[in-house]
Amino acid sequence: MLSGAEVRNERNSVMAMKMWRKPLDWEEKLTQPATIYIIENRCKGCGLCVEFCPEGVLRISEGFNQKGYHPPFVAEPAACVGCHFCEEVCPEFAIHCKDSTR
Amino acid sequence: MACAEGALAAGCRFFGGYPITPATEVAERMAGRLPAVGGIFIQMEDEIASIAAVLGAAWGGAKAMTSTSGPGFSLMMENLGLGIITETPCVIVNIQRGGPSTGLPTLCSQGDMMQARWGSHGHYEVIAISPSSPQEMFDFTIRAFNLAETFRIPVLVMADEVVGHTVERVTIPSAEAIEVIDRKTPTEAPETYFPYKTDKSLIPVLPNAGDGYRLHITGLTHDERGFPMTDAETQEKLVKRLIQKIQKNKKRIIDYETHFLNGAEIILVTYGSSVRPALKAMRSLREAGIKVGLLKLNTIWPFAEDLIRKLATQAKAFVVPEVNFGQIALEVERCAAGKAITKLIPHAGGGIHTPLQIATGVEETLRKVASNRKKR
Amino acid sequence: MREKTNADSYRHPKDELLRGSRIPHIWCPGCGIGSALSAAISSLQKTGIDYDQMTVVSGIGCTGRVAGYLNLDSFHTTHGRAIPFATGLKLVKPQLKVFVFSGDGDLFSIGGNHFIHAARRNIDLTIICVNNMNYGMTGGQVSANTPMGARTTTTPYGNSEVPLNLPSLAAACGAVYVARWLSLDVRRLAQSIQEALEKPGLSFVEVIAPCPTAYGRRNRLGSALEMIKLYRENSVIRNGVHPDETVIQEGKKMVLGKFIDTQRPTFLESLSGVSELRETMWPRKSG
Repeated sequence: MLSGAEVRNERNSVMAMKMWRKPLDWEEKLTQPATIYIIENRCKGCGLCVEFCPEGVLRISEGFNQKGYHPPFVAEPAACVGCHFCEEVCPEFAIHCKDSTR
Repeated sequence: MACAEGALAAGCRFFGGYPITPATEVAERMAGRLPAVGGIFIQMEDEIASIAAVLGAAWGGAKAMTSTSGPGFSLMMENLGLGIITETPCVIVNIQRGGPSTGLPTLCSQGDMMQARWGSHGHYEVIAISPSSPQEMFDFTIRAFNLAETFRIPVLVMADEVVGHTVERVTIPSAEAIEVIDRKTPTEAPETYFPYKTDKSLIPVLPNAGDGYRLHITGLTHDERGFPMTDAETQEKLVKRLIQKIQKNKKRIIDYETHFLNGAEIILVTYGSSVRPALKAMRSLREAGIKVGLLKLNTIWPFAEDLIRKLATQAKAFVVPEVNFGQIALEVERCAAGKAITKLIPHAGGGIHTPLQIATGVEETLRKVASNRKKR
Repeated sequence: MREKTNADSYRHPKDELLRGSRIPHIWCPGCGIGSALSAAISSLQKTGIDYDQMTVVSGIGCTGRVAGYLNLDSFHTTHGRAIPFATGLKLVKPQLKVFVFSGDGDLFSIGGNHFIHAARRNIDLTIICVNNMNYGMTGGQVSANTPMGARTTTTPYGNSEVPLNLPSLAAACGAVYVARWLSLDVRRLAQSIQEALEKPGLSFVEVIAPCPTAYGRRNRLGSALEMIKLYRENSVIRNGVHPDETVIQEGKKMVLGKFIDTQRPTFLESLSGVSELRETMWPRKSG
């Protein structure tokens, strides 16, 4: 199954997924980080985006928004793989991602 | 049957109902006729579902109706309120029967008249009309649809079992002779359109679902955009407009017939199946020289207050035969304001008055009037 | 009123289907309804159906407020009666895509009877039920979907009633598409909602959602995040199992997945098959 050698991506970080060999279309399929926009005043600080980002890109900020909630901020922009999960799961429509163009 | 045909003549193309004696015949007729004219009939699982489906169909753009009797009418009250606050045109027919509760399913009463006015919670105005014969079932159902489409309100057709089970010849005019009014829909662009903003008529012009206006319709108190608001000011504006919408247009809605009111000392105020016995009683009393006239109410709500107030200054007494223990009689008494006596001739239900009962009531009233005169 | 969309980098891709003047919405931080709505909007955007031909009908309750936030023709009706309202609307205007978006109490406690018949008749509707296992908006009372033993304001000693098994109920009544997902499973949920919308007949999608403020607080389940992690740990995806196995009970993991995906004639299809009369009779204008 999928265990064995660690595979590094172009940024030389170890990929979270374990693969037994590097896929042949690795270079084409490598995702680029997306640009993440946070609409801070919509956020209610639920933490879903931070918790469920697969790459740990987001962290809760120390600052407050208008309503006193702590919105997230992009802590590791390079780690983003453009999965858009934060955008999909956010209950407040407070975060969205724009794919980078190659 | 006449009711169903009247509805079809008015353009009704959706019927959602539930069987209940004595209103089932309307549903059965509609079930047979609607598919032929391209309409939809559906027997829903209960009366609540029926009225909800009727409201939904009305928002889809169809003219929709349902028919029921006392127990079902009670079930429909919550959604009647929804229809009123959202300003949905539709027609609800109540073929009244003996109540309260299951009562006398196969026999007459007029016990839901006040419920027609106040049955749903909250304060609102409603239109209720009262046919007294099969011909009127036909004509008044058409009028009900026209009123509903004009004023964007559920209209109640308050018939009763006797009227419902009367079998008579009904004259159906040609299609061209029937006036059919359709609701107005907005012409302005969606971006500048406010659903519940009205002109002086206080009647909103609302689109149907699918017209591209991205409408929001809610049973919550709402502002002109249709969005819910939780402040007293919006509540006042909305409720006042809903009340004034009917009150200001009373003259267009109220309909009645008069017989021998000029110089009448006693006026019989009747509606529904009480009309015919009262007319008979009136004729025999007049032959005996008694100055009695008759007011036949075709619309019950809004009540013909101004007319009663005026008549109270001319006549000595109102006699109200009703198949209940005093509902419209209360309204008459309120409007007469002491200027004339109001006498109720009650009937518990299970039948209607005989002309003799009504005539006796009138004669008793005459004696009372005379003794009052002596007292002064 | 048709909303204008925001016109700068603050424009969220889902804003076209949201009423901007009403955002932020009233739901609590992390509420599952928000995620369910987000998934629903994704699927609406993917179906390619004209937004003007889409109509949402909702009932009363937290989930019922969805009608006010979706930028479509929306109807916020009385408690429990969204389904018959949607039935009437769909039958007179079959070209509309009508979906019902409401809560578990609204659809299955007070509205249970209507669901049964809509499914039986196979009315072409999509019903999205956000199941937060209580009546959230009124403060957290027991509903027909509250797990046994749970505390709510009206079961202070613990709920003694067995909750409904919604996929089983839907399947038994004849729904042609039945699925259940967590509000966290936004992608699978969006996929299911899209399949449900595109499928003719009565499709039912249940969304298990955390209610941190009412249900969660009374049962000491923590924040919305903690609740959804708990639900994630205690759920398992088993597509295609028999709906009877989706019962929610102690000691058993909650079963998620797509359970029924079948076909049968819709109400209108059966109706036209039955009716023989084709020609328009009276009234007919002469000439």
